[in-house]
Amino acid sequence: MTHGEPRVLSAMWDEPDAVGIDGYLARGGYEGLRAAVQMSGQELIELVKTAGLRGRGGAGFPTGVKWSFVPQDTGKPTYLVCNFDESEPGTCNNREIVERTPHLLVEGVVIAARAIGCTHAFIYTRGEYLWQATLLERAVREAEAKGFVGENILGSGSDVKVTVFRGAGAYICGEETALLNSLEGLRGQPRLRPPFPAVEGLYSSPTAVNNVETLANVPLIVARGAEWFASIGTEKSPGTKLFTLSGKVERPGNYEFPMGTTFREVLDAAGGVKEGKGLKAWTPGGSSTPFLTDEHLDVGLDFESVAAAGSLLGTGALQVLDETDCVVEATRRWMEFYAHESCGKCTPCREGTWWMTRVLGRVEQGFGQDRDIPVMEDAGSKILFRSFCALADGAVSPLQSSLKFFRPEYEEHIRLGRCPMSGAPTRDELEEVGA
Amino acid sequence: MPVFDDARRAEAREIIARFPQGGERSALVPLLYLVQSIDGHVSREGMREIADLLGITTAEVESVATFYTMLRMHETGRHVVSVCTNVACALVGGNEVYHACVDEAGPGAEEISEDGLLTVHQEECLGVCDFAPVVQLNSANHDRVTPDAARTLIRAVREGLVPEAARGSIAPTSFCEASRILAGLEPLDPDPDPEPDPQEVRA
Repeated sequence: MTHGEPRVLSAMWDEPDAVGIDGYLARGGYEGLRAAVQMSGQELIELVKTAGLRGRGGAGFPTGVKWSFVPQDTGKPTYLVCNFDESEPGTCNNREIVERTPHLLVEGVVIAARAIGCTHAFIYTRGEYLWQATLLERAVREAEAKGFVGENILGSGSDVKVTVFRGAGAYICGEETALLNSLEGLRGQPRLRPPFPAVEGLYSSPTAVNNVETLANVPLIVARGAEWFASIGTEKSPGTKLFTLSGKVERPGNYEFPMGTTFREVLDAAGGVKEGKGLKAWTPGGSSTPFLTDEHLDVGLDFESVAAAGSLLGTGALQVLDETDCVVEATRRWMEFYAHESCGKCTPCREGTWWMTRVLGRVEQGFGQDRDIPVMEDAGSKILFRSFCALADGAVSPLQSSLKFFRPEYEEHIRLGRCPMSGAPTRDELEEVGA
Repeated sequence: MPVFDDARRAEAREIIARFPQGGERSALVPLLYLVQSIDGHVSREGMREIADLLGITTAEVESVATFYTMLRMHETGRHVVSVCTNVACALVGGNEVYHACVDEAGPGAEEISEDGLLTVHQEECLGVCDFAPVVQLNSANHDRVTPDAARTLIRAVREGLVPEAARGSIAPTSFCEASRILAGLEPLDPDPDPEPDPQEVRA
C-alpha cells in the first residue's frame, strides 16, 4: 500500500496490535483525551473550528460549527451520535479505521461528547458490520477499564457512557435524521428539517451527529494542535482523506492522501486501472456523486475542486470503470440500489427510482426506444431536489452524469438493440436468424 | 410456549437498560434480533412479547421489523449467504459469484434450500469494496471470492464446517447465532445437536 504523506488516520495501520488498548496507548493513544480533559467544551469547539475540520460523511460541514449549534442550557441532556452506518456504495474507509484502530474512534467520541456536554454517546453501526461493532464494544470495555470511558473520566469529574448500536440493513439510515429515528426504535425514515438535530435530535434533545472519519481526526487535532491540522491539505479543505479505491483498479483499498491530491496520483498509488486498460469513468465519492471521466484525472480531491468539476467529494469512494465496462449497466444497477433503499416516504423518490430501473433495464437489454433518453432526462430533473432527503438526489447523480458524458453509449444501445460493449448479436441480427 | 424464557427475558431487560429512561423503545431493533436468534426469523409471537415488554402495540413492532432487510419475516435456512452485487463487486465478478452460490445451494436457495440449510441472498453494498467481490456467511466476511471459492464455501457449510472468516473476523456458526451477536449478546454455548431436521425447518 502506498499512501500519501503525512499519514494521519492510517499511521498505525501497519501495527496489528494497535487494535487493542495497550498497542494503541504505546503509540500515543488517548493523548488527545488527556489534553481534552484539561480544556472546557467551548475551548474544544473553538479548537476544532480553528483547525477547519469538515465533516467526512459527504457534506463537508465544519465540525466545530456543528457542535456550536448544540445548545447546552435547555435543561435536556445533549447527545453525540457517531454515524457508522457506512453504506454509500464503494465506501469502506470508516470500516478500516474501526478494524485497525477502534480506540481512535472511541477517543474521538469521548472528546466530542465532552465538547457538547454529552454524557451518553451512541455509535450507530450498520448491521452488516457485525465484527466491527464487536471490535468497538470490546474497545469501549477496554477504555472503561482504563478510565477513558465511563464515570469521572481521568479524574475530570465528567462522565461519558458509550453505547454501540447496530442497525439492521437500511442505506437510508446513513441520513442523519433517519439514523436518529432508527436509533429511537422507529422506521428509518428521514425527518422534516427544521428542527435540525442540533436543536431537536435524539429523544427530542440537542444532538450532534458526526461521521467516523470526522471523529477519528479529533483526538489528533487536540493532541497536535489546530495549526498542525490546518497545514495539511488545502486551505478550505484541511487534513487528509481516506479514499476507497474499488472496481477496476490494480490494488483496491483505502489510501490516505492530503485533501487536494489529484485523482491521478491516488489512482497511481493503487497501481492504476486494472490490467493497464483505459479509464472510462469514476465516482469521486460513491454512487451518489456524479461520474467524472478520464478528462478529470487532474482534479484535486477536495470539496471545492471536485465541486468545480461538476461532482461532489462525498465519502471519497473512488469507483473505477475501465473502457470495456458498460456505463448503462452500472447506472441501471445503481438505480436498482436506490429503488431498493428508498424508504418510500416521498413519491418522486419511491416511484421515480423504480420507473428509472425499468427504463434503464430495457435500454441495457436492447429494447430501448429513441424517446427513452428524453424520458430519463425529464424524470431525472423531476426527481431531483423534490424529496425530504438526499437519497433521491443521489439516485439522479449517476443517471444525469452518465447521460451527459456517455450519451452516445446510450444511443448505441438503442440503435444496435444490444450492449455495444459486448460482442452479442444485435436485435436485428437475431431476427434475421429467426431467433 | 413463550419465545422468551426466563434467561432470554433477563437478556431482554438488559438490552432495554442500555438506553436512557424514556428511550426504552430504542431497544426495539436489538430485541427483534433477539427474537430472530431464537426463532430463526421475526415471529409473530416474538413481536407480541416485545410489544408487551416495551409497552407499544404489535403493529408498531411490525412496522419497524418489516422496514429492515436484516430482520427476516419468514423462515430462512440455517445459514444465510449474502452476496454483494452492487457495482464495485459486480465489476470484478460479483454476479458470477451470486449465480454460483444459487446454483450450488440448489433449488429454492433464494428462499430456503431443499435441505433447509441455506438461504442465498443478493445484497446491496456490504462496505467491503476493497476486497470485492465479497460474500458474507452468517454475517462473517469472505473476501475476493471467486465462483469456485463460493461453491467450496457452500459445500463446507453442508458438511457442517464453519469456514474461517477473512481478516480475523468472527464467524458465527449459524444465522441464529449471528442474530444473537447483532442483539449485542455473547454467543450461547454450542448447540449439542446442530443437525436440523429438514422437514422441521421447512414446516
